[in-house]
Amino acid sequence: MKRFADLYQELDRSTATSDKRAALVAYFGAAPPRDAAWALYLLAGGKITGARRKVAGSAELRAWAAEASNTAPWLLDASYDQVGDLAETLALLMPDPDAAALAPDRGLADWIEETLLPVANRDEAERRAVVVDAWRGLAFGERLVFNKLLTGALRVGVSQRMVQQALAEMSGIPIARIAQRMLGTWQPSPAFLRDLLSAEELPGDRQQPYPFFLASPLEAEPATLGAPEEWQIEWKWDGIRAQLIRRHAEVALWSRGEERLDGRFPEVEAAAAELDTDCVIDGELLAWQDDAAEPMPFAALQTRIQRLKPGPKWLAEAPVKMLAYDLLERDGADLRELPQHERRAQLEALLARHPDPRLTVSPLVRVPGWEAAAALREESRARGVEGFMLKRASAPYQSGRRRGDWWKWKIDPLTIDAVLLYAQAGHGRRSTLYTDYTFGVWDGETLVPIAKAYSGLDDKEILELDRWLRAHTRERFGPVRSVEPVQVFELGFEGVNLSRRHKSGVAVRFPRILRWRRDKPAAEADQLDALKALAR
Amino acid sequence: MPDLVQLRPEGLYCPAGDFYIDPWRPVATAVLTHGHGDHARVGMGQYHTSAAGLPILQWRLGEQRYHVHEYGEVFQLGAARVSLHPAGHVLGSAQVRVEAGGEVWVVSGDYKRQPDPTCAPFEVVPCDTFITEATFGLPIYRWPDTAQVARDIVQWRDHCAARGEAAILYCYALGKAQRVLAELAPYTDRPVFLHGAIATGVDVYRGAGIALAATELVADDGAAAGARAAGFAGELILAPPSAAGSAWLRRFRRAQHGFASGWMRLRGNRRRRNMDRGFVVSDHADWPDLLRTIRETGASRVIATHGDTDALVRTLNESGVAAETLATHYGEDD
Repeated sequence: MKRFADLYQELDRSTATSDKRAALVAYFGAAPPRDAAWALYLLAGGKITGARRKVAGSAELRAWAAEASNTAPWLLDASYDQVGDLAETLALLMPDPDAAALAPDRGLADWIEETLLPVANRDEAERRAVVVDAWRGLAFGERLVFNKLLTGALRVGVSQRMVQQALAEMSGIPIARIAQRMLGTWQPSPAFLRDLLSAEELPGDRQQPYPFFLASPLEAEPATLGAPEEWQIEWKWDGIRAQLIRRHAEVALWSRGEERLDGRFPEVEAAAAELDTDCVIDGELLAWQDDAAEPMPFAALQTRIQRLKPGPKWLAEAPVKMLAYDLLERDGADLRELPQHERRAQLEALLARHPDPRLTVSPLVRVPGWEAAAALREESRARGVEGFMLKRASAPYQSGRRRGDWWKWKIDPLTIDAVLLYAQAGHGRRSTLYTDYTFGVWDGETLVPIAKAYSGLDDKEILELDRWLRAHTRERFGPVRSVEPVQVFELGFEGVNLSRRHKSGVAVRFPRILRWRRDKPAAEADQLDALKALAR
Repeated sequence: MPDLVQLRPEGLYCPAGDFYIDPWRPVATAVLTHGHGDHARVGMGQYHTSAAGLPILQWRLGEQRYHVHEYGEVFQLGAARVSLHPAGHVLGSAQVRVEAGGEVWVVSGDYKRQPDPTCAPFEVVPCDTFITEATFGLPIYRWPDTAQVARDIVQWRDHCAARGEAAILYCYALGKAQRVLAELAPYTDRPVFLHGAIATGVDVYRGAGIALAATELVADDGAAAGARAAGFAGELILAPPSAAGSAWLRRFRRAQHGFASGWMRLRGNRRRRNMDRGFVVSDHADWPDLLRTIRETGASRVIATHGDTDALVRTLNESGVAAETLATHYGEDD
């Protein structure tokens, strides 16, 4: 555990990506494979506990630590409010063992496989004994990491891609292959690690999707991208990004979140089964009525996501189709290195042989110039899309969020002026600041909460607002403060849906702060009716 | 009987002696606990200070009407018998003991219980009412052994040296910087470089006969020429927190940044300040020492003035010690 705790500390300390990567390379080069496999699993965001494998809930951890450290529960909560990280709070509250009480060092895998997992789902007393015993024998750095194992997320500023880069650097295996092998669910074991870094082509390699290529938001004017002919322009759909895989006539559907969607969208799978060629298609799932000119709102698609084997009622109420926009593999050949326009041509040819309304190409938008594109983009909201995707015609299909060749040129958000009502401390580097805000608009004489937003202010404004709201707190509810309703902020958001689950009757999508309206009194903030009028 | 020490708009006031302790607005008579800016301000008619604290006040406030007292020496102000006692916070820091009408109150100012080679150790002064600071008033604050932290700082400098980087350690110019230098002395022979704002305080401490690690000025062209040519790679530099992110840093080609403060106990504080390293060195009492000190004074009533007072007050009340809060203007720098 010491080795892993040292890695955690190094990653937590370093601000430079190159240092983090070097620390990862050093760790994976030196750690025993059993430990390295678990470390990889954890760094990639995996959790050792979960709904079906409970070692310690957060309420239990608090109770156990309060008793073991002789801290009143309210004092533990007050401490947590200040630290903003439960694992760290508990590590700080437990006394440091003296040299004689320090337990001999054991590997990460040993801790997980021999100590924690065997007591999963046992009686509370048994689980508690194991956890408290561990606290009493571990030094601070290890205690912190041990708690991180229990509370779920490492949050140490390491992206999956960075881990993959380190493994690629260490093993010489291309990062794309590593990324592909890590998709989906896998068990951390020396065997997995061996296969992950195997130079051979493995049978499993053929069942995996490719890592998705993600677009970056276009912040500059599109004219800075060069001639529009060098770009492929498509509408940006508001659906679920997915890869449709048909290999050896078997069909699989993967979401961008690396989840298997098989069985949830039978209409799309059926269309894929009709194809005459094995292929991997990248595209967007959308709820779309047969004769409609535009897709249904995202909320309709949402009703289908969790529904395995949807019945005829759902298939009729929210029929789903896939708009294909890229072809990554055909007849077992990886096409990702081909330029965008060639992949597109092959995709069109493939689907043209099987006309099916449930699987069609996402149409290209043809415009004479960027100005015309900008004018057409204004119609986005009416067309039920979020703007344009701009893809460089000569670019290969890359992996992850690489800037330069794929841009999302989204429409300007809807905006509203809302009043700050509540604030809560953030997490990670913002854990000692109030950075999570709840905003409200007027419903007659009262302000009703309509949105939470976590971003949009710069560091200086965050500090200033933090100071202001500490001095203007009305009430405290645990970590949340209600503040005097006087500060007005302009919020941007992507859309509004009517909602029965929200007290205000509306749900806003992707709200964020655009600016602090110091010039506006709270009385001039917007009305709830105005927001309802925008709802689709 | 009215309280011996009361909160007034000008500061903490003692009616029996007609004087203020660490006032924040101009008053006729001020008794100061120590020289930090939130406790020692210009504009008072006359100042009472500990003898050890005098050179610091002269540095920070210039020439004023000072009345100088040895620790433990009793002086009369009006109907009050007053004496100053070591607080262990910084050089010359004092607790103020006030006795009148058969009652004893002690105002702690800022204090700590950890050993500190740069100032006299905290003295427990028995009292009826103890006015305490509570800067680190939560049980998450427990200080590590300072000698170990000093070794960590030296190790960090070596780590930076191997990477061709300067190690810039931010610390407050009065007290913390000198304490770090004194704690480093046993572990390094290499001179430590100083930002100009820290050098003055270092001279004051040396003038008081306190042994510190060897130092050189970053801005000294002669002495620092070699180090400057190398962009101060491998050198430890002490700078005030205000230097972080300033143009002054341009002379260091590649550098890591560290901060020496009790606040560095939390990772979030370190990351918010964008520091590579946090070194937990505090000149305030940690949670166990706050509770221990209050117990040892034997006070039946405790008033917490600044910091995280809520948790301390509730903890004391739950353990049977009457405790309350006074809203002062003292800061929480460390």
